[in-house]
Amino acid sequence: MSHDGPELTEMAANLALAMVGVALFLAFVRLVRGPTLPDRVVALDLIGVLAVGMISAYAVATDQPALLDPATVLALVGFLGTVAFAGYLERRGRDE
Amino acid sequence: MSEQISAALLMVGAFFMLLAGLGVLRLPDLFIRLQAATKASTLGVGCMLLAVAIHFQGLAVTTRAALVIAFFCVTAPVGAHMIARAAYAAGVPLWEGTIADELRGRRRPSGELASEATAESPAQTVEGREPP
Repeated sequence: MSHDGPELTEMAANLALAMVGVALFLAFVRLVRGPTLPDRVVALDLIGVLAVGMISAYAVATDQPALLDPATVLALVGFLGTVAFAGYLERRGRDE
Repeated sequence: MSEQISAALLMVGAFFMLLAGLGVLRLPDLFIRLQAATKASTLGVGCMLLAVAIHFQGLAVTTRAALVIAFFCVTAPVGAHMIARAAYAAGVPLWEGTIADELRGRRRPSGELASEATAESPAQTVEGREPP
């Protein structure tokens, strides 16, 4: 690459991908280990947000603006999943 | 110039996401972990989407990124509040160093998990509110 600018962004995007990957791993450890079900729900919620961040970093790294659409959909689905899990938890807590 | 700003925002966003993952793994109880999972990750994803908008510099991409940022700012507190309320009502134990629990005796069920969780806690019952 002759121009310096795009290379810098690509490098930063690749580094960001690695960092978000580490964060995903840590959240996954909490998902597996979480002592209670709400802990797992929190970890799953965080994994959804981290996936949106990972997709946006990948969009920058590969110069594909179309990748932002999956990020939007993932954000919507992640919120719906969290709300559904919270409703389920509340119902289960009341029944016990 | 915009490349540098975009790269810096990407790094800041990734740093806050790493912080969120670390907090969710290392913090002591569910309600404290929820802070890391909600606030740090919202800030991180906001920075990264801003970096995307600056990198592509088009109306369509900027609109979508702004939409996702606004969506996260609205839904992250709502989701965290719902999880925390459900978990508190279900009797998830608090950290033993908790110093304030204003809902104690109001929403908490009288199950053994709840009484065990609040037995050693130094928090006092809030005046004027009697436990059921």
